[in-house]
Amino acid sequence: MIELHDLTKRYGGTTAVNRLTLTVRPGHVTGFLGPNGAGKSTTLRLVIGLHRPSGGTALVNGRPFAERPRGLRHVGALLDAGDVHGGRTARAHLAALARSNGLPRSRVDEVLGEVGLADVAGRRIGGFSLGMKQRVGIAAALLGDPPVLLFDEPFNGLDPEGVRWVRGLFRRLAGEGRTVLVSSHLMSEMEQTADHLVVIGRGKLIAEESLTEFAARGGRPQVVVRTPEPARLTSVAREADGQVTTAGDGALAVTGLTAAELGELAFAHGIALHEMATRATSLEEAFMDLTADHVDYLAGDQR
Amino acid sequence: MSMPPRTVTAADRRAADPAARFRDLLAAEWIKLWSLRSTYGSLALVAVSALLFSARAALADHHNWPDYSPERQAAFDPIHDAFPEEGWLFIMLAAGTVGALMIAGEYASGQIRATFAAVPDRRAVVGAKVAVLAGVMLAVGVLASTAAFWLSQAILAGRHAGASIAEPQALRAVAASALLLPLCALIGLGVGALVRHTAPAIVVTTTLLLLLPLAFDITNRWTAAIHNALPVPAWERLVANPYIALNEHLATVPGSWVVFAVWPVVATVVAALVVHRREP
Repeated sequence: MIELHDLTKRYGGTTAVNRLTLTVRPGHVTGFLGPNGAGKSTTLRLVIGLHRPSGGTALVNGRPFAERPRGLRHVGALLDAGDVHGGRTARAHLAALARSNGLPRSRVDEVLGEVGLADVAGRRIGGFSLGMKQRVGIAAALLGDPPVLLFDEPFNGLDPEGVRWVRGLFRRLAGEGRTVLVSSHLMSEMEQTADHLVVIGRGKLIAEESLTEFAARGGRPQVVVRTPEPARLTSVAREADGQVTTAGDGALAVTGLTAAELGELAFAHGIALHEMATRATSLEEAFMDLTADHVDYLAGDQR
Repeated sequence: MSMPPRTVTAADRRAADPAARFRDLLAAEWIKLWSLRSTYGSLALVAVSALLFSARAALADHHNWPDYSPERQAAFDPIHDAFPEEGWLFIMLAAGTVGALMIAGEYASGQIRATFAAVPDRRAVVGAKVAVLAGVMLAVGVLASTAAFWLSQAILAGRHAGASIAEPQALRAVAASALLLPLCALIGLGVGALVRHTAPAIVVTTTLLLLLPLAFDITNRWTAAIHNALPVPAWERLVANPYIALNEHLATVPGSWVVFAVWPVVATVVAALVVHRREP
């Protein structure tokens, strides 16, 4: 369990985290979402005491993490896969961490096997790909078999197999009753990973709810349809109270009508359809809508 | 790996959290020190410098001995051949670098965040680093210093000009040279904690140890006092390096031992303070 109360962090004149209050519960994979610069990494650093809050508190299982003399049995954290000395082998890196917390040497080989790095354990981390470094970081987080796990952008650099494996791992850890907090700036990564979402923007809490509640924000589903007679289909759909917009390369996006209703309308009017699909990616849009007002770094002109 | 669902109770937490032992931190720092190639490179530099330069100095005197005047033979100081400045500069550089890298290398790579996530008690981490560094460097220093002394005096014995370690001056020089390694290493560690980037930390350490003494005029009383309070001039004084003859305001031997004691203590305190206070 992670409890943040009025957590605030200011660096000079900028407020990175602004009176954040939230609870991350055990037994769930909680997605921690926000655009770049929203304060996700800062929040995680505050949770494990690397940075000190300017105000408020961050408690892990009822205590500030920084008060604990040794951490690995309480919190496993992957903050940045690059936070490792490239000159050491994966085994030496993990052996030093394990030893500092009085964990048996056998744990090192266990976690190396678990993350699939047993064969390269004797190689220096500096030569690893980003995906392999992520696995080293995940191995370090698992060392102490902790009840709380934090992962900052764990999907970066992982191949599709790696992403699948990490998702399975997170679900399994949550299924064992642990608290699992996973940050990302991409909704698509969270969709199949998290069952609970926390969304922040500019250091403030925007939403804290289950994935299903979040999905309900996405508005009405959209039917994307392709036809040789777009003009006729548009007028027919509008007569039936549908809203029609063009969805690029000649396709139409229809809201207010289900795929079945639209298909029957087209059939009744003798309009040929070449393609029809219901778009279910509303999570991404819900996320974009929600954070639109809280984006720090917007690229160029809106297209 | 399957695990029963956990409900964390107080008893459970106690069982899962054995006492935090400082010796585990020592062991972790030991693993870290010996798993970096730079450590071996630096120690190889120490070994080569200690043996080669003292052998060279002793062999030169051995070769030239018949040409020395009787007065020069009488005034000859064999101890200095064990600790020639040009060789020990490399040793100071190597020791300072190991110390600087021990902490700046962690900050520069980001490793320090992994370290502190595992051990939130930052002062204990610094304590373990200081203890392991000082212990290893003292052992290396004793080996390098006695080996250099033994080798050079064995060569000079061929001219019956060698000194015995039982001579007070000889013992003092060997002890000061052995202690010079942990001294330089801890100064490197203190600088590394302040600067937190590897290359600048090594440059600052080298400047402090090797270049700064040259910046102070030893003919002026006040600048000579600052010069004498620097670690390398204190070592020169303790090994009775002939250069000190130029210093009109020569430091006392006890004063030089005090310099030897104060620098590492200050470096350790600085490291503990800045590591505890500044955010990694």
